[in-house]
Amino acid sequence: MRIEVNGESRDVRSTTLSEALEELGFAGMKCATAVNAQFVPVPARAERTLKDGDRVEVLTPMQGG
Amino acid sequence: MRDFYGTTLQGPLMLGTAQYPSPEILARAFRASGAGVATVSLRRESGAGNDFWALIRELGVPVLPNTAGCYTAREAITTAHMAREVFDTDWIKLEVIGHADTLQPDPFGLLDAARELCAEGFKVFPYTTEDLVLGEKLVEAGCRVLMPWGAPIGSGLGLNNPFGLRTMRAHFPDIPLVVDAGIGLPSHAAAALELGYDAVLLNTAVARAGDPVAMAEAFGLAVRAGALAHAADPMEPRDMAAPSTPLIGKAWL
Repeated sequence: MRIEVNGESRDVRSTTLSEALEELGFAGMKCATAVNAQFVPVPARAERTLKDGDRVEVLTPMQGG
Repeated sequence: MRDFYGTTLQGPLMLGTAQYPSPEILARAFRASGAGVATVSLRRESGAGNDFWALIRELGVPVLPNTAGCYTAREAITTAHMAREVFDTDWIKLEVIGHADTLQPDPFGLLDAARELCAEGFKVFPYTTEDLVLGEKLVEAGCRVLMPWGAPIGSGLGLNNPFGLRTMRAHFPDIPLVVDAGIGLPSHAAAALELGYDAVLLNTAVARAGDPVAMAEAFGLAVRAGALAHAADPMEPRDMAAPSTPLIGKAWL
């Protein structure tokens, strides 16, 4: 399945958000996620299924003013 | 010093964490400034992992995540939800930008977002203008801090509308007020505190100085001076001269 992760097209085998995060190397990272502009909290990631064309955002703490 | 949602800051300076020449200089600048809050953001993971977060935690001050770059209430609300989870705080510096050149707030989107976030229990720090009507509506929405701009973000122009800021202070005597954005020099920060503002929030003026650590210290001294001066009840200015040296006892020469 092809999804968009932080604006880049990626092929993943996973069918849920939590699996996809692991597959993409985000496991254990302090990050917040959204799918198609909807926030997906940590406890909901395992239940959140992905489909072709979904847009996933993985955000981490960054510098800010 | 006034509380911010029940938290007393160690100093009346909120300092941004962006644009420093290096993480080490960022950390040294924070220590030199005595800043009471560190502002941070959420951005797409870029391969740096959580190094930045580890650095911020070592600063030992409360973290204020922002919604910088959001142009709609919806974006800002979603960002706030994500920030609350990552930073484990219900504080949010709410920015809903309305104009690309001035980066001034969109008052309508700001109010919509503030209403929803306050209702959800967020402690909202709204980046606003000095408009009293908007300020009243933000307070009605549940905001217990207002953060009017001094000048456009990153401009360093200082307090563009001292009259408006003074009026705001007089109109909201019980709401903590912070001048957020546009401060370029320690004297601007001191002036804000002298007006009775409870803190200033700045970033570029320190991070982009030739010597950010020295400038951070200068800002720390300036906000302390401004707060002391305000508490000391400054004299009223007057148009005509008034001699300070007594005339009585002056010799006839």
